[in-house]
Amino acid sequence: MTSVLTPELTARWDEPDSFTRAAYRRGGGYRALARALAMNPDDLVQMTKDSGLRGRGGAGFPTGLKWGFIPQGDGKPHYLVVNADESEPGACKDIPTMLANPHALIEGIVIACYAIRADKAFIYVRGEVLHVIRRLHHAVAEAYAAGYLGSNILGSGFDLDVVVHAGAGAYICGEETALLDSLEGFRGQPRLKPPFPAIAGLYACPTVVNNVESIASIPYIISNGAADFAAFGTEKSKGFGIFSLSGHVTTPGQYEAPLGTTLRELLDLSGGIRAGHRLKFWTPGGSSTPLFTEEHLDVALDYESVAAAGSMLGTRSLQIFDETTCVVRVVLRWIQFYEHESCGKCTPCREGSYWVVQLLDQLERGEGSEADLDKLLDICQNITGRAFCALGDSIESPVKSSIRYFKDEYLEHQRRGGCPFDPVASTLFAGELV
Amino acid sequence: MMTLSDDRRAALEAEAAEIISRYPRSRSALLPLLHLVQAEEGYVSADGIAFCAGQLGLTEAEVTAVVSFYTMYKRRPVGDYHVGVCTNALCAVMGGDAIFADLQRHLGVGNAETTPDGKITLEHLECNAACDYAPVMMVNWEFFDDMTPQSARELVDGLRAGDDIAPTRGAPRLCTWREASRILAGYPDDQAAGGHTAGHATLAGLRIAKEHGWAPPAAGAAARESTGRDSTGRDSTGRDSTASAGTARTGTARAQRPGPAEGGQQ
Repeated sequence: MTSVLTPELTARWDEPDSFTRAAYRRGGGYRALARALAMNPDDLVQMTKDSGLRGRGGAGFPTGLKWGFIPQGDGKPHYLVVNADESEPGACKDIPTMLANPHALIEGIVIACYAIRADKAFIYVRGEVLHVIRRLHHAVAEAYAAGYLGSNILGSGFDLDVVVHAGAGAYICGEETALLDSLEGFRGQPRLKPPFPAIAGLYACPTVVNNVESIASIPYIISNGAADFAAFGTEKSKGFGIFSLSGHVTTPGQYEAPLGTTLRELLDLSGGIRAGHRLKFWTPGGSSTPLFTEEHLDVALDYESVAAAGSMLGTRSLQIFDETTCVVRVVLRWIQFYEHESCGKCTPCREGSYWVVQLLDQLERGEGSEADLDKLLDICQNITGRAFCALGDSIESPVKSSIRYFKDEYLEHQRRGGCPFDPVASTLFAGELV
Repeated sequence: MMTLSDDRRAALEAEAAEIISRYPRSRSALLPLLHLVQAEEGYVSADGIAFCAGQLGLTEAEVTAVVSFYTMYKRRPVGDYHVGVCTNALCAVMGGDAIFADLQRHLGVGNAETTPDGKITLEHLECNAACDYAPVMMVNWEFFDDMTPQSARELVDGLRAGDDIAPTRGAPRLCTWREASRILAGYPDDQAAGGHTAGHATLAGLRIAKEHGWAPPAAGAAARESTGRDSTGRDSTGRDSTASAGTARTGTARAQRPGPAEGGQQ
C-alpha cells in the first residue's frame, strides 16, 4: 500500500452535487445494498466482524460484535440509532460527511438494520448544524422515493423507516445511553450499564448505537469484501478512517487514511505546522485523550500504539497547538467545558469538575502553588473510574498529561503571578490589523 | 397557548400530531415539539411548555425539567439572529476569545443578551464540530468559518442592516431564528439542495490525494479482484476536482476571509 491517503468516504466530496442520490449512485452507491439484501442477515454480521471494523465514534468497540449481541427471535422490536451528535472538542469528521455524502450513511443504515433485523432507525444529529439536518432530511426523502427506504425495499420484503431527530445542545448525548434517554424525551443522562443497549436500549428493546462513520463504512465492506477492508490498517486496527487536523497547521482539514498512519506523515503531506512555528502539544483523539508532544510524532495512530504511548485514538481528532499556546489556558478551557456539560447525575463528575476548574483557574492566574498540582491529580484520580460514564474519566486526561509534560509551565505561572503567554500570538490573525 | 389564535393553535396541534406519529412512543416527540414551540414564539415560553405537556400527557414540571437541560432551548426571547462564537479551547486560542470580547464591545451586550433593536442575541458556544475552520462562529446554527474580529464585526453589522448574508458553509440564504427552529422540529425548508457541500478544509486531504494520484481504495479493490483491470476502473481518477477548491493556504493567509466554500448553488 503506497498511498498515504485513501479517500473512500471522502472521494467525491468535491463534486458539487455529491450529496444527491444521483451523484452517490454515479460513484457506485447503493450497489452494496442490493448485494446485502440478497444475503442472509447473519452472514452480514459475520462479514462485518471479519472486516475488523471498530467503532469510529471513539471507543473502538468492534462493530460486528456489537451487532452480534442483538438477540434474534426474541419477539421484540429492534432499533438502530445512529450517533450523529458529534461534539467532542476536536472532532469534526461526521458533520462534513453528512453534509457532503449523506447517502453513504443511509445505505449503511439500511444494510445494518437488515443485518440486525430492525425495522426502525433513528439518526440522532446534534441540533446546531442546520444545513446538515436539511441534507439528512433530503437524503432520507430521496431514499424513500427510490425505494431504498419504506416497505419491501428493492423487492426484498424488508421494511425500514428512518427518522431524523435533532438534538438540542448537550455534549453528553454523544454518550450512547444518554443519547437513548434523550431520544426517549428525557434529560440526556447516562444509564448504568449493564444492561447494555444491545439487550435493553431504546424503549428497553435491543438497540445498536453506532457512529456515523462506522455505519457509512459498511457499504465499502459489503461491496469489496471484509478481507479487502481488513488489508488496510494495522493488525488490530483495521481499515481506513478520517483523521481531522486542526489548529496551528498550514492546512487543516479532513484526511482519510489507513489506521496506523502517523502525525508526521500527515504533517509532511499537508505543509506542516504553520510557518515560523513548531509543534508544542497535540491531542490524538480529541480533548478527552491525554496530550501528546513532539516526541509522539511517529506513534502509529491505531488503537494499540496510541494506548501504548499513554493516550487514546478516540475520534482521530488531531488538535495541534504550537509554542505560542499556553497549555494551562487550554486545559482550563477544556475542563470548563466538561464542567458545563456534566449532566449532574453522579457526584464525582459534577463536583469534581467544579473543583478542578477552581484550581486550574487559580493556577492560570498565577495564584496557585505547586501543592495545587498534587491536589489536582488527587481529585482527578478520585473522579476516574468512579463516574457513571466516560465524561468523568475525560477530566483526568488533559490535566494529568499536561502536568506530566509541562509541569514547569504551571509553575512559571506562579513565579510570574500570571500567564507568561501573549494571547494574540496564538491567534490566526496574529500580527495583522484586525 | 394563550397567545395563539385558534387557527394557529389548530395548525400547531396538527403538526404536533404528525411529529408524535414518527415515534413508537409519544414522549420521544418532546424535543422536536420544543423546537416547534420555539419556532412559534422565538423561545420556549411557559405557554409553549404547557402546549407540549398537553400534547404528550406530561406535567409541565416534567417538560420544564427537559427544557432546562438543553442549551438550545431559550427561556427568553431571542433576536432574529442568534450569533454564537466558539470559545472552546482550540477556537479560543486561535482567536475566538478575541472575537467574542470584541463583539461584546461592538454590540454593547454581554453573553446571552440581545441588542436593543431585537436583531442579535450574542452567545459564546462550545465546540461546534468545525475545528478545521477555527475560529468558528454560528449564526442561527449555520457555519461562518475562519473568522477574525474584523470579519465578525462586518457580519453582525450586515445582519443588523438587513443585508443578504450567506453562511460560509451552509444554505444559500440565512434563515431567521424561528425558521431555523422549525427545521429542527423536522420541517425543513426548501434550501437542502442549494448552498455548499464542502469547504476548503473539508477537501484538503482529497486534494492532496489527487495531487499524488492516489485512487480511492475501492478502485484498488476492483483491480485486486480482477487483474488486468486498471485501478481507474471505478471512474474515480478521471474526475476533475472542481479546481478552485481548497488551494493550500499558508500561515497568516488563513486569516483572510476565504472565498465561498466548494459546492454548487443549485
